[in-house]
Amino acid sequence: MIFHILPKYQFRVPVYADCISPDVFDGKRLDEILKLRVWEGNKNRPLSDLFSVKCEENAENEGLTISLRGDFSKVRRVGVGMSKGKIIVNGDVGMHLGEKMKGGEITVNGNADSWAGGGMEGGRIEIKGSAGDFIGAPSRGSIEGMKNGIIIVHGDAGREVGCSMRGGLIKIYGSVKHFVGISMREGTIFVRGDCAGKAGAEMFNGRIIICGYVPSILPTFTVDSIRPNVDVNGEKIPGPFYRFLGDMADNGEGKLFISKSKNPHLSVYEKYLL
Amino acid sequence: MNLIIKNGFVYDPLNGIDGEIMDICVRNGRIVEGFDEHDARVIDASGMTVMPGGVDIHTHIAGSEVNLGRLLRPEDHAYDVEPRKTITRSGVGRSVPSTFVTGYRYARMGYTMICNPSMPPLEARHTHEELEDTPIVDKATFPLLGDWWFVLEHLKNGLIKECAEHVAWMINATKGYAIKIVNPGGLETWGFGRNVKDLDDPVPNFGITPREIIRGLCLVNQIINLPHSIHVHTNRLGQPGNYITTIETMDCVKDFAKTERPVIHITHCQFSAFKGDSWQNMKSGAEEIAKYVNHNKHVTLDMGQVVFTDTTTMTADGPWQYTLYELSGNKWVNHDVEVETSSGIVPFRYRRKSYVHATMWSIGLELALLVDDPWKIYLTTDHPNGAPFTTYPKIISWLMSKKAREKTLKKINSKARAKSLLPSIDREYTFYEIATVTRAGQAKALGLKNKGHLGAGADADIAIYGINPREIDPSRDYKAVRRAFSKAAYTIKGGEIVAKDDEIVKVPDGKIYWVNPELPLLKNDPFSSHSNIPSDLRRKFREYWTVEFDNYFIPERYLKISAPIRIEVRW
Repeated sequence: MIFHILPKYQFRVPVYADCISPDVFDGKRLDEILKLRVWEGNKNRPLSDLFSVKCEENAENEGLTISLRGDFSKVRRVGVGMSKGKIIVNGDVGMHLGEKMKGGEITVNGNADSWAGGGMEGGRIEIKGSAGDFIGAPSRGSIEGMKNGIIIVHGDAGREVGCSMRGGLIKIYGSVKHFVGISMREGTIFVRGDCAGKAGAEMFNGRIIICGYVPSILPTFTVDSIRPNVDVNGEKIPGPFYRFLGDMADNGEGKLFISKSKNPHLSVYEKYLL
Repeated sequence: MNLIIKNGFVYDPLNGIDGEIMDICVRNGRIVEGFDEHDARVIDASGMTVMPGGVDIHTHIAGSEVNLGRLLRPEDHAYDVEPRKTITRSGVGRSVPSTFVTGYRYARMGYTMICNPSMPPLEARHTHEELEDTPIVDKATFPLLGDWWFVLEHLKNGLIKECAEHVAWMINATKGYAIKIVNPGGLETWGFGRNVKDLDDPVPNFGITPREIIRGLCLVNQIINLPHSIHVHTNRLGQPGNYITTIETMDCVKDFAKTERPVIHITHCQFSAFKGDSWQNMKSGAEEIAKYVNHNKHVTLDMGQVVFTDTTTMTADGPWQYTLYELSGNKWVNHDVEVETSSGIVPFRYRRKSYVHATMWSIGLELALLVDDPWKIYLTTDHPNGAPFTTYPKIISWLMSKKAREKTLKKINSKARAKSLLPSIDREYTFYEIATVTRAGQAKALGLKNKGHLGAGADADIAIYGINPREIDPSRDYKAVRRAFSKAAYTIKGGEIVAKDDEIVKVPDGKIYWVNPELPLLKNDPFSSHSNIPSDLRRKFREYWTVEFDNYFIPERYLKISAPIRIEVRW
C-alpha cells in the first residue's frame, strides 16, 4: 500500500503533522486518514484541508509506504515515533523528521531541517541532500539523545550533530559545523568532510571520525596514538588518523579520530607521542 | 446562582458523613441547609461520589524556584502542551506546569485549595504574582522563616517576644499563611559549604542549634496563634538514617502541646524516613515513625509519595539538592537567598529498578498505611519532588487497593521488594478515609474553617466524581478509581461549576488566604506608616538586604482577591 501525499498550497506557517506516520496510517481507510488532525500554526485542522492524499495498492511493496511529494519544508514532525514501514520524501522536509522513531525507514530526496532523527531508537534515515542542526539530538534541555539506528546525510550538516548520543551511527558525507558529538555517551559519528571546530566537546564515550580539515582540537583532549585506519560499521576507512581521548574536563573516554593528511597543522601533537 | 446536588453519595468526614445519599444545597457561594428549589440548577449526582473540594497542603506551584525549574526544563514541557481553548489559555505541563495549566489541572481533579509551601520572603512579590495567575483554585503560601537571620539572632538571645513580633511582621509583609521551616540551621550552614549533622549541631556564627530554632518557632507560632502549626522539612532530609532525626524533631516540641491541636507538621515525611547508614543498606523507617505518630497527638504528617516518573526536584534545602546533583549528575541550580534561605533544583527520574527509588516508593505508602488515624497523614507527592500532582489518582488507587500495590511491587527492584513491608499490610483505604487524607484532614490541619467540609456555612467547593461507591469495589477495580479521581465529573468552586467531565467551563480567580496577626506592632496601617517597626529592622535592611525596607512590604491591594484571616495574638 502506498499513500501519496501532496500539499494543497504553499504553507506560510509551521505545520505539525505528527500523524504522517506508517504506524498511524496502518489499518485506516482513506476517509479516516483524511480526518486526522494536524496543527497549522495555532489552528487544529483535518489533514484533508492541507494535503491531498491518494492511496495506491502495490503488490511488490509488502509494508506500508508513505510518499510525500512537493515542498514539505514547513511540515514538522513527519514520522515521529514510527516503528515500521517507509516514508519517502521527494523534496525538502521540515524539522523533527523521524523524531524518537523506533524502526522503519525514511528516505529524503532533498534537504531536511534540524532535529532529523532526534532521539531515535532504531530504524534508518537517509537524507540525500543536506541536513540542518542537531541531527539525532534530543529536544532542548534533554540528555536522552539518539539510542540506536542509522542516520546518513549525503550533503552537509549543521551544528551539534549527535548531541547527547547514546548509541547508533551517524554518517555525514559532507561537512559539519561546530560541536559535532557534544555530550556524546556512546555510538559513532563519521564525517567525510570538514568540521568547523570544537569536535567532541563534553563527550564521555563513543567515537567521532573526521576525514577532513579541523581547525583545532579542544585543549581538553589528549593525543593518544596514530592509527592507520578506522573501522566504521564493518567498513574500513583508510587513514592515517590522529587518535585523541577526551573530554578530560568531564573525565571522558571518548575517541576522536582526525585525518592526519588533511591536518598538517596538528603535527605539533606528534611530539607528545612517545 | 443556586445549585442543588441531588442523590450523590456524600463523603464529608469533618461532619461524619460516610457515603450517605444526600442533597447538597448551594446559595451565593456557600453551602446552606436547604431552600426553595424551583429556581435552582439541579445537578443529578445519582450514582456518583460527592466530596468537598480537594485541599493540597504542600505543592510547589509558584515562586522563583518553580519558575527557575520551568526555565531549566524545556524538555519537560515539549511533549505536554495544552492548546488554547475558548475560555482557557494555552500552556505547558508535566512536572513544572505553567501557572494557568496548574490551575486547570487541579480543578479538573476536583481540587479547590492549594498551599505553596516554600516562599523565600524576598521572592514573595513574585510568588503572589504567579499565584494570581493560577486560576480557579484558592491559594495560601508559607514564607520560609527557619533560617532568617532575625529569627536566629532573637532566638539565640532568648528574645521570644521580639522574635514573634518580627515573624508576625514578616507574615503580614509577605502575605503568608504559616511558618515554614526547611532544614533549620542547615541552610545558613550551607552558606559555609556545610550542613548541620543533627538537631544539636550548632549553626556557625550564630551558635544556635536546629532544636532551638524549631522549639523557638513553635512557641512563636503559639504566641501569634497562627491557624496552622509549624510546617517542618526536617534536618538530614534524604540521608539514610534520618528517621531518628525525624522522631527527635517531632519529640522536641511535644511539651508545647497543651490542647488537642497538633503543634508540628512534618512535611513530605517519606524523604525523612530512611533507615540504615548508607545507600546500599538504606531501608524503611516508616514503621518507627508510624508508631510514634500513632502514640502521639501533637503531630501531623504528609506523605511526599514517590511515583516512578521523570520529575523535577526543588526545595529550599540547598545542601540536599547539592547531594542530589552529585547522585544524579544532572543539570542543577543552587541559590542563596540573602539573609533568608537557599534553594536548589535538580531534574530527577525515579526508576522502578533502582533499589533506593523503589524503597522510597514503598516508604511513602507504608507511612500512609501504618499511621492508623487518617487525620494525621495527608496525601501529597511534595509536587514536583516526588512526582507531579497529576499522579494523585494513582496514589489513591494504591491506597485503596492491595492488588494495585502488588501489581506495582512485582515490577520494582527485587531487593527493595524483598525488604518492603507492603506485602504484610492488608489495610485498604475506604472512600471516607480518602476524603480525609485528600481534603478534610488537610483543611483541619490548616485551620481553614470553611474548607474541606460540606456543612452549612462552608464555601461551596465541591468535587463530584463519576464513581459509584456501592457498586465498585475499589480493591478489585482500582483502575476505575484512578480514572474517576483523575477527571472529576463536576468541580464546583465558590458555587460555580468550573470543570465538567475533564473540561474547564469557567475560570474564576481564586482567593489568596493570608494571616493578619493583630500585634501591637502592627496596630497602625502597616503599609502607610512603619512608625512602630523597630528602627533596627530598617537599619538592617539597609545593611543586609538588596531590597529597601519600603519596597519589601506587600500591600493588601497588591493581591487580586485577598482573603485575610484576622487572628488575635495571645500576648
